[in-house]
Amino acid sequence: MVDYDYKKPKSLKEVFGLLKKYGPKATLIAGGTDVMINIRNRELSPEILISLRGLSDLCYIRKNNGYHIGALTTHRMLEQSDMVRAGLSALHDAASQVGSVQIRNVATVGGNICTAAPSADTAGPLLALDATVALEGPNGRRRVPIADFFTGPSETVRKGNEVLVEFDIPEEPGHFGSAYWKHSRRKAMDLPLLGIAVGLALSESQEISNARLGLTVAAPVPIRAYKAEEFLIGKRLGDDVLVEAGKIASSEASPRDSLRGKAWYRREMIEVFVPRMAKLAAERIRGE
Amino acid sequence: MKKVSISFTLNGDKVTAEVPPSWTLLKTLREYFELTGPKEGCGTGECGACTVIVDGKAVNSCIFPIPEVEGKSVTTIEGIASKDGTLHPLQKAFIENNGVQCGFCTSGMIMSAKALLDHNPDPTEDEIRTGIAGNLCRCTGYVQIVASIEKAGELIRQKK
Ligand SMILES: Cc1cc2nc3c(=O)[nH]c(=O)nc-3n(C[C@H](O)[C@H](O)[C@H](O)COP(=O)(O)OP(=O)(O)OC[C@H]3O[C@@H](n4cnc5c(N)ncnc54)[C@H](O)[C@@H]3O)c2cc1C
Ligand code: FES
Ligand code: FES
Repeated sequence: MVDYDYKKPKSLKEVFGLLKKYGPKATLIAGGTDVMINIRNRELSPEILISLRGLSDLCYIRKNNGYHIGALTTHRMLEQSDMVRAGLSALHDAASQVGSVQIRNVATVGGNICTAAPSADTAGPLLALDATVALEGPNGRRRVPIADFFTGPSETVRKGNEVLVEFDIPEEPGHFGSAYWKHSRRKAMDLPLLGIAVGLALSESQEISNARLGLTVAAPVPIRAYKAEEFLIGKRLGDDVLVEAGKIASSEASPRDSLRGKAWYRREMIEVFVPRMAKLAAERIRGE
Repeated sequence: MKKVSISFTLNGDKVTAEVPPSWTLLKTLREYFELTGPKEGCGTGECGACTVIVDGKAVNSCIFPIPEVEGKSVTTIEGIASKDGTLHPLQKAFIENNGVQCGFCTSGMIMSAKALLDHNPDPTEDEIRTGIAGNLCRCTGYVQIVASIEKAGELIRQKK
């Protein structure tokens, strides 16, 4: 069994101090549902864990001038928030399907994104919702669009001395809806073998005024399907248009063969689920 | 190994544990307090056999760092019957409805069900199945477990 020390600072300033003191010997821990597993599997053997759970002021869901979600917000809080269900439906779809109730009660959205697993359930929705990640270090804050955050499997632009503090999500003008499909073999306790998130803005005449597609497990990092988005914008919502968008999105993906699924299968499922999620997003706009 | 002192409420009693900071809540419950109701099945958050309630929420104690329990309230299967020995409605219902076979999953199952019923004593079958989705049972096929939880909900509602 790995032996390590454990500190639970009460402020970000203290966190930065500890990070400076221990450097790479320290690991940040939020809900610990990735960290504790990695320690147990001996993929990680920190000398000290620095808990972020003492930073209770990073645990919130707010709406003013867009949505603001603290990094320490748990999946359970997102699942139980009516504001998230109504306004950020894709994120609600994702958060309510992470692991089990026990996992959702402790696992945080910040941890999900910082782990940067290609299968992270909240990554697709945050891409489709155009989230910005706020990182804070000893020298202040910087903001990074989530589309630029992931640099490789388990790799992000976050520096070792930075803490992810907040997600900011713009409020879309007009009629906006979103949806996320977690494609997995079991209903519960399974990682997705593909994740598809769609955000759509529609005009009164059903013209697509904005579209964003977030795909996970479709490439080494979560990606936006920019070409499919471009194709959709300005078109009237309809089956042919959505089918074509699915094809384009599939061509933008670079999935690999893995134990969970073959690349060709993932490509075909992208073609199937991009239209379905776009329709679900549109139904949600119409309040169906 | 360095030890730390962690104070919390355990099944209604104020307690302090002197354990290494790298211990989990499960290890502390089983090896320091000798409460062996919570079981270690997988040790990685997958099976739910270690489920306990921390401040009203079901958690996997096998991946819950002990320092995070400081000042909190922990309830295990050992703490849900009344002091006079009267079983909790969930315990009664599990016995009467054959919700228990080998019993390895049972304490975790009951703790997940308790966290659910404490907030919602009249759950739908879907809500029950979601509430115990993180608890694996290799014996029962879940049907009797769901029936036991429905029955317990009834018992709890009658008492109110
Ligand atoms: C049984 C089980 C089932 C799971 N099911 C799913 C699932 O269905 N879908 C899914 O996507 N994931 C799943 N996971 C993975 C995990 O639960 C999620 O990734 C979770 O959101 C991680 O959050 P956490 O707070 O527990 O992170 P932690 O384990 O605390 O941290 C994860 C990583 O992020 C870093 N970190 C955390 N917070 C911050 C921060 N604010 N700033 C900087 N760095 C930070 C940590 O140093 C660490 O490297 C599952 C895990 C388990 C054990
Ligand atoms: S032992 Fe904790 S979830 Fe299996
Ligand atoms: S009764 Fe044997 S595992 Fe559930």
